[in-house]
Amino acid sequence: MAKQKTFIEDIERALYDVRGEDRPRYRSESGLTEEIVRDISERKHDPDWMTEMRLKALAVYNEISLPGWGPDLSALDMEKIATYVQPDAQMAGRWEDVPDEIRDTFDRLGIPEAEKESLAGVGAQYDSEVVYHSIQTSLTKQGVVYTDMETALREHEDLVRAHFMKLVPPKDHKFAALHGAVWSGGSFVYVPAGVEVKIPLQSYFRLNAPGAGQFEHTLIIVEKGASLHFIEGCSAPKYNVTNLHAGCVELYVKEGARLRYSTIENWSKNMMNLNTKRALVEKGGLIEWVSGSFGSRVSMLYPTSILSGEGARCEFTGVTFAGRGQHLDTGATVVHAAPRTSSVINTRSISKDGGVAVYRSGVKVTAGAKGAKCAVNCESLMLDDVSRSDTIPVMDVREDDADVGHEAKIGRISDEAIYYLTSRGIKEDEARAMIVRGFVEPIAKALPMEYAVEMNNLIDLELEGTRG
Amino acid sequence: MGDNILTIRGLHAGVEGKEILRGVDLSVGKGETHVLLGPNGSGKTTLMNVLMGHPRYEVYAGDAAFDGEELLALPTHERARRGLFLSFQTPEEIPGVTVENMLRTARQAITGKKAGVMAFRKELAAALETLKMDADWASRYLNVGFSGGEKKRTEILQLLMLKPKLALLDETDSGLDVDAVRVVSNGVKAFRTTENACLIITHNANILSALSVDGAHVLLDGRIVKSGGAELVEEIGTHGYAHFLGGER
Repeated sequence: MAKQKTFIEDIERALYDVRGEDRPRYRSESGLTEEIVRDISERKHDPDWMTEMRLKALAVYNEISLPGWGPDLSALDMEKIATYVQPDAQMAGRWEDVPDEIRDTFDRLGIPEAEKESLAGVGAQYDSEVVYHSIQTSLTKQGVVYTDMETALREHEDLVRAHFMKLVPPKDHKFAALHGAVWSGGSFVYVPAGVEVKIPLQSYFRLNAPGAGQFEHTLIIVEKGASLHFIEGCSAPKYNVTNLHAGCVELYVKEGARLRYSTIENWSKNMMNLNTKRALVEKGGLIEWVSGSFGSRVSMLYPTSILSGEGARCEFTGVTFAGRGQHLDTGATVVHAAPRTSSVINTRSISKDGGVAVYRSGVKVTAGAKGAKCAVNCESLMLDDVSRSDTIPVMDVREDDADVGHEAKIGRISDEAIYYLTSRGIKEDEARAMIVRGFVEPIAKALPMEYAVEMNNLIDLELEGTRG
Repeated sequence: MGDNILTIRGLHAGVEGKEILRGVDLSVGKGETHVLLGPNGSGKTTLMNVLMGHPRYEVYAGDAAFDGEELLALPTHERARRGLFLSFQTPEEIPGVTVENMLRTARQAITGKKAGVMAFRKELAAALETLKMDADWASRYLNVGFSGGEKKRTEILQLLMLKPKLALLDETDSGLDVDAVRVVSNGVKAFRTTENACLIITHNANILSALSVDGAHVLLDGRIVKSGGAELVEEIGTHGYAHFLGGER
């Protein structure tokens, strides 16, 4: 009997796999000790409170154990990870001032081009430090701040101190603690009350050094009635050694403000991606997450929205694509902590060639969150018999006057659907491709344009056809 | 012979070793409309699926010439590209793929040419109009959330847009109210020219109201037990299959 092979190729990685020469200005020793943390803090000229925070976080890290659930993290050996790799570059405000080799990398990724065409500001991080940052002057004139975290710590210390790791405290979990100890780089955005930032800002994170970790911290504050679309991209070339990403994103959405946070994560398959993202949404505010997880060997990523003010809203749209050798454990968490808060979670996951895609949702409705509404819809598609998909919904509803709905579907491409399309003259491989593209269509619509194109390319299909 | 679009000879076929068609002989001439009659379970849908190339069906013996070429060895998409079309009894839902996207892809696959956007849109609008379908129908996801009647009309929309040489209609009228049957019947009439042909499975003569029938065949227990003209449809309509069932015994 002829056996159908899956024909959907892995993500075309050639573009991401071009390595820059590994020639950092400074690379910390591998492993995690107090000396290393003190050394990083000193090199970064941290204020004392930050040094203290790092050391406390290190203590927490040493105290708590790895999560007792989710993917296997045994490939991660902190003794072999260099937590701080300083590129041989100064932070620049013009691409011309970024060293050629690093600039070439971002050129290949299309960042400067996107900046000209569709972005109001760009940040670019290479290994542990941000090497480029820009923002349109029309925005600075309105009081918008968009800069790297180190600059923010110098120039807006009070603001940073009041918010930094307040939403994601180091004791949250082991990798939040790790992040607190060795964080470096990332972006800071401040949008003053009433200011609408109409064109997106984008930060891009590139990890070039083998055996290194990236621990960027992104802190965004959108004041009352203001709005922002922030895009985050990340990638790395593939190495045979394990790399680690444990970033942290803290988003403060104030009364009536709106924030759309889009992420396309395309790490190489030697990456352990253990990232933490959280948003606090006040009265009438809106957080929109758009999340594409395509890369990494292991991912654990569950952006959390805390709807703390009446009528606060959350929309989460996510797609996960797990191929050979990947275990992507992703999802979303929403806490309805005020009356009439609402959330919509809509996700699609695809697994192929033995990949594992697990979707985890956590919905919590606290007592008193009257009239809270939550609708979860997650669908998984397995492209062959050796791949796995699971959905693990967790609901904790402590208010009677709440409307929480959950729909989950796990399936394979149906032979009948393929037959139907082939009966219209469409070849079997193209029919499968249409079905897969259709499956992710609701998500593709929410992605920023260039990423939607990228996702389509990624599902663009190279056929192996049938085999005797 | 040369004037037949379809000639089936001694066809034995079934599913998982279980024979359902037990020696079917049937011809449809170019430019003709034929009706395939028979009680439930007699093998009508099986015959349609064997002709279209459903992967679950197996051919044990016999052949089928389509426009002078052996059909049964071809993969399904090649049969469609040569001009065969099947209107399904229960069409599949394809989430995320719009009716227009599917039609454009299918048209390109069949003609081998890229359809001009404006000309294609215009043609699609005209076909929608013929079938009394809203213009925004084209932007809906294929059959998703459609009622039974909407799915059937969408099948006929595909028929009009893909212009096959032979259309197999598998109970396209079942489950439709009188008005909807008339719309479908008019749709099939709009499709029919002297260059193409139809083989229609129906339990209801209403779908034939707008069409002139050139031949009718009664399939019973996997064999054609009688072939004739339009009068056969009336005869079955009045007397049912009792006569043939008796003849079998």
